[in-house]
Amino acid sequence: MSVHVKYRIGKSIGFQALVVLLSVACVIPLIFILVYIIQSGITKINWHFLTNLPKPVGESGGGIANALVGSIIIIAMASVMAIPFGILCGIYLSENKTSKLAYWSRLCVDILQGIPSIVIGIVAYFWFVKPFGGFSAISGSIALAIMMLPIVVRSTEETLLLLPDSLKEAAFALGMPFHRVILKVVLPCGISGIISGVMLSVARITGETAPLLFTAFGNPYLSTNITKPMQTLPLLIFNYATSPYNDWHDLAWGASCILLIWVLLLNIFTKLITRKWTVQL
Amino acid sequence: MDSTIVKSVNYNAYFGDNHVVKNVNIDIPRNNVIAVMGPSGCGKTTFLRGINRMHELIPNATAKGQIMLNNEDVMEMHPIFVRLKIGMVFQRPNPFPNLSIYDNVIAGYKLNGIKLPKAEKDRIVEHSLTRVALWKEVKDSLTKKGSFLSGGQQQRLCIARAVAMEPEVLLFDEPTSALDPISTSTVEELFHELKKNYTLIIVTHNMQQAARVSDKTAFFYMGELVEYGETKQMFTNPSDLRTQNYITGRFS
Repeated sequence: MSVHVKYRIGKSIGFQALVVLLSVACVIPLIFILVYIIQSGITKINWHFLTNLPKPVGESGGGIANALVGSIIIIAMASVMAIPFGILCGIYLSENKTSKLAYWSRLCVDILQGIPSIVIGIVAYFWFVKPFGGFSAISGSIALAIMMLPIVVRSTEETLLLLPDSLKEAAFALGMPFHRVILKVVLPCGISGIISGVMLSVARITGETAPLLFTAFGNPYLSTNITKPMQTLPLLIFNYATSPYNDWHDLAWGASCILLIWVLLLNIFTKLITRKWTVQL
Repeated sequence: MDSTIVKSVNYNAYFGDNHVVKNVNIDIPRNNVIAVMGPSGCGKTTFLRGINRMHELIPNATAKGQIMLNNEDVMEMHPIFVRLKIGMVFQRPNPFPNLSIYDNVIAGYKLNGIKLPKAEKDRIVEHSLTRVALWKEVKDSLTKKGSFLSGGQQQRLCIARAVAMEPEVLLFDEPTSALDPISTSTVEELFHELKKNYTLIIVTHNMQQAARVSDKTAFFYMGELVEYGETKQMFTNPSDLRTQNYITGRFS
């Protein structure tokens, strides 16, 4: 074998090794983070931890029930606001690829996706917190809904663009009106992609802290009043981890672990749905 | 009853400024098979899609002139109504992938929200699948998804779906170009059966197919209807030089 060929084979092997090495390097930080959080947090989690309120400073024990309930309420309200708008907007964008309105709304959605969450938080503060005279869970939901919206819009649009036109033509040729073509054919065929987009957007906002600092604010007690401040998992972690008390640090670790498990479960759930509901075209 | 079922009068179709179908006048008699042939880009598919107003679904697409169905201008009817009267089968089989075979056949009712009693649905499904010679092959797997069938079976399922709506006219846009020869001949045999109840208009690239299945043939070239007449006449003694050249393979 000539030296030249050997050199080229050597380069090829070297490049392959580099690719493998760097992809392993990508996974290492993730594994370290996971192991560290689980190690620090998993021992704190038990039934008592999930169902009790945080104890005052000096008392050991206590739980994160208020943050769990608050997170669920705030995310649920954000989803109710963002998902219908997001899916409808996604349908519009996929159906009208070239119209002016589509161009501008696509641009706006992209910009919205790029806005830092803290900026959305401060806008929500000036629009919804100040005028209504106080922090509230609902203003937090609005801020989170704004963050969800672009993810839902773009994932819906991209899913629907993948569906072949022949599908819609088949429906139109049977004399179906536009709304039925969309509701009965296009959406059912793209449902797995749309749902996984929604799931990922929920996973994304679950850990958002910055917009909630200005809006939901946090609350050491269990509250279900959406016009009053409400605790959420990220806020609890933020407040308790920066406190000087060891008992509170434990709560923050436990809450981090819960948050991690939550996001992990959402991702697994998303995978299952895509596998099960994907329509074979 | 008037023997003409579809008639186009000075029909023109455009994509933006591009004039793709030029002043087509054609009379299509009831219970006939009409083959529409011509080289690629000659406007035959656009003309076909104009008949059930699918043409205008494409952005920038416009049309002028008249398409008469039983002496009523389809251009003035609601497109949804037109498409219930004029069924369509496409080049690639496109059963609804989210529906079972059974639901695919009655998709026109089910997805349009037309409620039918179970017995009536069963009757329509069996009747339509029998018409397309698919009933025996799928009667035990009606609950399976339509996309599990072979290409030829899927195409017959799509024909059954169109037939189930009891239209008057069936449009076929190169219905066998994605099928193997055996499936093609099965579909071609269907045409002879279907023309007893419907009028069939078939766009095809395949001249042998046009010769085999059609009663009348229309030859399109560069957006114009060059020649239209009895298939036998056209293939043995075409009156226009361009038709002759096309049939003898001098251009394609």
